[in-house]
Amino acid sequence: MSLELSEPLQKVVDSLSENFSDKLVDVYQSSGDTFIRIEADALHEICLYLKNDLHYVYLSDIIGTDRYTSEDRFEVIYNLLSLKDEARFFLKVWCEEENPELDSVADIWKGANWNEREVYDMFGIKFRNHPDFRRIFLPEDFDYFPLRKEFPLLGIPGSIELPNTTPDTD
Amino acid sequence: MGLESALGEGYLTTRVDSLTNWARANAAWPMPMGLACCAIEMMAFAGPKYDAARFGSEVMRFSPRQSDVMIVAGWCTYKMSHAIRRIWDQMPDPKWCIAMGACASTGGMHRCYGVVQGVDNFLPVDTYISGCPPRPDAVLHALMKIQDKIKTEHSVMLDT
Ligand code: SF4
Repeated sequence: MSLELSEPLQKVVDSLSENFSDKLVDVYQSSGDTFIRIEADALHEICLYLKNDLHYVYLSDIIGTDRYTSEDRFEVIYNLLSLKDEARFFLKVWCEEENPELDSVADIWKGANWNEREVYDMFGIKFRNHPDFRRIFLPEDFDYFPLRKEFPLLGIPGSIELPNTTPDTD
Repeated sequence: MGLESALGEGYLTTRVDSLTNWARANAAWPMPMGLACCAIEMMAFAGPKYDAARFGSEVMRFSPRQSDVMIVAGWCTYKMSHAIRRIWDQMPDPKWCIAMGACASTGGMHRCYGVVQGVDNFLPVDTYISGCPPRPDAVLHALMKIQDKIKTEHSVMLDT
């Protein structure tokens, strides 16, 4: 498929393939959006480069996905925005099922802090060097990751406690 | 117009139970437990158009110590359930509970792991209101049901 990249996005793809040619896995477009998939081990390095050299100063979201495939089951998507070039693209990395772990980008974009905690809360993907790594929505002692496909819709009975309905009245 | 003008020089016989229940039924102060969209309709219920003051329930008490009827309006997560139960336990007896809307009654459309499928899992609910959200008149109806219930209760008991 031929790509119809806007000028700023063409610049991103060109400079990434120039500087990180062996880390760039795939570039494609879908529904008018541009997706760039990279190797997970270069994530931190590339993010730093995108922010410092290409002015992608705004990380608007981080999304986790369960692709439910046998290899590289999980995917994390970074929604990046350049206010200077008025351009947006999605940076993707895949990680394996057994011990999904990525480098945290919270030191590059401060806002990534809570987004990464949410991805961990829902999918169990860990982030190395995160400043405050724990669950964000669910109770701390919850043992499951509810957005993984095998998790039942109504949850595991008894996995989250209900309040005690017979408090002692002494 | 007080009671004295209606009675004139005469007198009235009744039971202590009836008198207490009459007083309680017409001063059931709500504890608004507004958790989601239903809470907006609960505000309309207290506002001038539907006017809960006609039933003596216009004073929304944000302190559990001063309230009689808890209106759970909205869907309740497992995390929130602990706070609600704690507030319920702080309300002095006698107390009543309304589960307002599909979510508070059964979990409603929030059929998922994080939402308690009906607040009756941890609260003794007296009245359920159907609807998503219920109209304010339905909340008034539930309040009247609670009043009926209060009027049939034994409020003064011989402790033998
Ligand atoms: S019953 Fe409907 S209106 Fe009420 S809290 Fe649930 S979704 Fe919102």
